[in-house]
Amino acid sequence: MICEKCNKRPATVHLTKILNDTKTELHLCEQCAKQTEQVTFENSFSINNFLTGILDSIQDSPIKVDYIQATKCDHCGMTYGKFKQIGRLGCSKCYHAFYEKLNTLIKRIQGNESHIGKIPKRAGGSLRIKNQITELKIKLNDAIRKEAFEDAAYLRDQIKELQNQIKREA
Amino acid sequence: MTKWMNELGPDGDIIISSRIRLARNLEEFPFPIALTKGKSKEVHELISDTILKGNSSLKNECKFIELNEISSLERQVLVEKHIISPYLAANYEKSAALLNQDESISIMINEEDHIRIQCLLPGFQLENAFDIADKVDDVLEEGVKYAFDEKLGYLTSCPTNIGTGIRASVMIHLPALSMVGYMNRILQAANQIGLAVRGLYGEGTEFIGNVFQISNQLTLGRSEKEIIQNLKDVTKQIIQKERDARSTILSNNKIQLEDKIYRSFGILCNARILTTQECMKLLSDVRLGMDLGILKDVSTENVNEIMVLIQPSYLQKQANKSLSSNERDIRRATMVREKLKY
Ligand SMILES: [Zn+2]
Ligand SMILES: [Zn+2]
Repeated sequence: MICEKCNKRPATVHLTKILNDTKTELHLCEQCAKQTEQVTFENSFSINNFLTGILDSIQDSPIKVDYIQATKCDHCGMTYGKFKQIGRLGCSKCYHAFYEKLNTLIKRIQGNESHIGKIPKRAGGSLRIKNQITELKIKLNDAIRKEAFEDAAYLRDQIKELQNQIKREA
Repeated sequence: MTKWMNELGPDGDIIISSRIRLARNLEEFPFPIALTKGKSKEVHELISDTILKGNSSLKNECKFIELNEISSLERQVLVEKHIISPYLAANYEKSAALLNQDESISIMINEEDHIRIQCLLPGFQLENAFDIADKVDDVLEEGVKYAFDEKLGYLTSCPTNIGTGIRASVMIHLPALSMVGYMNRILQAANQIGLAVRGLYGEGTEFIGNVFQISNQLTLGRSEKEIIQNLKDVTKQIIQKERDARSTILSNNKIQLEDKIYRSFGILCNARILTTQECMKLLSDVRLGMDLGILKDVSTENVNEIMVLIQPSYLQKQANKSLSSNERDIRRATMVREKLKY
């Protein structure tokens, strides 16, 4: 797939843009994506500061990056091509960098895609908090939809507090 | 002393040993293949400090070995005893290990993953081995932060180990099933339910001495307990089939079986030259003879031990020099004669 903006480089970033209730998909190369992202991101702030603040804290700006199909892991320099040759990843971040492709591969070799079993105490601690955050975010979404902004603000603060807690523990 | 070689465990007539191996990685370091020598030393220190300066009982039980500080012969002996993996030995420039006194616990550092916790026990005791490995894992986690993903579980260098990172295996002696030509069916059936069957020294090694290693292949999407239970259930069935085959042979062809066993014992007690291949084959017959009570004056533990003592590196370490293949065959025969004389 070729980048839709410059029509030269291969498209590695796949974006879904939701603006004014219309959804558009964009397939861009890394360079073009960086430019586009900045422009749109700034636009989204002009709506309503309070609401944007909440939306932002929920998870996303109106731009949702579906997936970035990197060909190289920024952390260790491993490429997907090299991984295919040697069958070993270079670092734990490779799992993020090659998420799309690895996910398919993992599903094929393991016949499963989600871990069941032991959770380490440390990562497990934040996992529990992360689950709490997810629940609060659902409530927050609800509150926003009902325009219960006081509740929303309260939930947003709670989420922030939990997020800080994760940061402190990290 | 190496526990699995010198003790007879549960179902020890058929199961030589049970092993649990857990793969773990540190969050802040690249995986071993992408580690510089300097960084790999940092990994060594971090892990050895966690164990040796921690407050678990492992502190006093374990010794730390840099693999580039011992000879290649010593490394190979550890491989032949199944205490470290062939890969760890091959990667000696960057690797290290922590071993406890009876070598039932081995923490391999910078194998394919930063940490491979192995617990190896005699006989059929996968759960005990898991409990020990699991505790070692908890101790390690007090000092290091693991690479763990909520969805994918423990992250490993190879996606085939992801999730639980567990490899459970049994080393099993199946002479009667081999004699009655049932092994191929076992191999096929095991494969179909996600188990791998390998030779004595793992992947790519031949099936010698009727010794097989059976292990789980899948690590993601099922708990450690389920994985162990699955292997345990299948192994129990195989044990039963082997016992059935033994009693069938014993009741239908007793004299032929005795003849085979006594001949093999006779060769082992008298031969002056023995190749590994021949020796393992004869030892398999002798082990069967002991397990069936046909041979009385030798013990099964003894055979387990001999199976390792006759391996090429072990013989050379005993001789304290490198030996040609012919020299090894002669020393092997001597070693076996002495050991069977008790
Ligand atoms: Zn472009
Ligand atoms: Zn990487």
